[in-house]
Amino acid sequence: MSDDLKERGREGLERIVLEHPFFTTLAEHHVRLAAGCAKNVRFREGEYLLHEGDPANEFYLLREGRVALEINAPGRPGIIIQTLGPGEVVGVSWLVSPYRWTFDARALEPVRAISLDAACLRGKCESDHDLGFAMMNCFVPLLTQRLQATRLQLLDVYGRHD
Amino acid sequence: MTEATARKIPPDPMLPEVTRVRRRRRETHDVWTLALEAPPGTGFGPGQFNMLCLPGVGEVPISMSGDPERGGLVHTIRAVGAVSTALAGLKPGAQLGLRGPFGSTWPLAAAAGRDVVIMAGGLGLAPLRPLLYRLFARPRDYGRITLLYGTRSPDDILFERELQRWRDRAGANVLVTVDHAAGDWRGPVGVVTSLLQPGQFDPGNSIACICGPEVMMRFSIGNLIDMGLPAESIYLSMERNMKCAVGHCGHCQFGPAFVCRDGPVFRYDRVRALFGLKEF
Repeated sequence: MSDDLKERGREGLERIVLEHPFFTTLAEHHVRLAAGCAKNVRFREGEYLLHEGDPANEFYLLREGRVALEINAPGRPGIIIQTLGPGEVVGVSWLVSPYRWTFDARALEPVRAISLDAACLRGKCESDHDLGFAMMNCFVPLLTQRLQATRLQLLDVYGRHD
Repeated sequence: MTEATARKIPPDPMLPEVTRVRRRRRETHDVWTLALEAPPGTGFGPGQFNMLCLPGVGEVPISMSGDPERGGLVHTIRAVGAVSTALAGLKPGAQLGLRGPFGSTWPLAAAAGRDVVIMAGGLGLAPLRPLLYRLFARPRDYGRITLLYGTRSPDDILFERELQRWRDRAGANVLVTVDHAAGDWRGPVGVVTSLLQPGQFDPGNSIACICGPEVMMRFSIGNLIDMGLPAESIYLSMERNMKCAVGHCGHCQFGPAFVCRDGPVFRYDRVRALFGLKEF
């Protein structure tokens, strides 16, 4: 690939990351830094994006298709705890030690996504704390929202309470 | 039948009329729908409820879940306590006592010309179904109609065929999510508020009608307000321990209101101060 093509590809990736709804609050120069760790990826229906217990080496910005987050328990089929779609993020464990996935993520349909190299981005956050703070500002509301949703699901509000 | 023409409370509202079960249909593992013979002059508005009783067993309030314009009395019952389990087990031809209809109605007139967002949780879809029938009967009278329905699992989804019909024929935005599911479920998993998306409705010209567990309604209201919907455009159906159904006994008192008489459908801004108070 020529340098010109590579440059155009990088600019295209930056634009995609810049326009992704999850990063709308991120400043453009921070998006450019993050996009340096990004690449385009595709998954077939049924393919796993990540597996519970594996190192959290990358996370995904979904562009097309839906993904199921699953937990497996012995003696019973996998339980889907959440589904995610375009504009959402798969994977937050890359951000906190010990950087391991705590669930499986399976493509429910063909998926197009941006994969971000977690080690690369963590390194940039370490050396540029402004970027680290900006990333935290993106991810902490997401973590809070998912924690709140999980608590509501745990309440089992639609179940029998007799 | 609309709120303006809903049937008046009978002369002695405490005296049950005897009626029979016409049809019984199983909806889920613990929910049944009973179609009852309608006593003469029967009618109701969407959102209203009846008191159903079995001598020697007890009496419970059950919302109407049928089409107000098609006649007949349809109730969707979850077998959860002694009375509701006995009622849900009634076979066609069985007798039961009926008082009603009671209570306030969903605001069909206020919905005219506006987008309508309906948020249902679990069995809360049943009291909203009469409203949905009326909205889909005259869809041109309203803006975009969005139904967001959350329930426990795929096995607990009520009225699946109708959900599909509304989606296919009425062109409505009908989204269903469940709290958890096995791997073969193809739909969304997550809380009902995760179905709310910008652009589904015009916050300045919409109403929302919500029915479900109070926790679910509280979070739904919070999300709708965050999206710009004014409190006075949000309606909810409350559930309390309704006994007499005419505002005499006080069992269902909710601040200055009685849920049986002044509700069950309330405009949110009118109950906001009391809504969500602990142990209230």
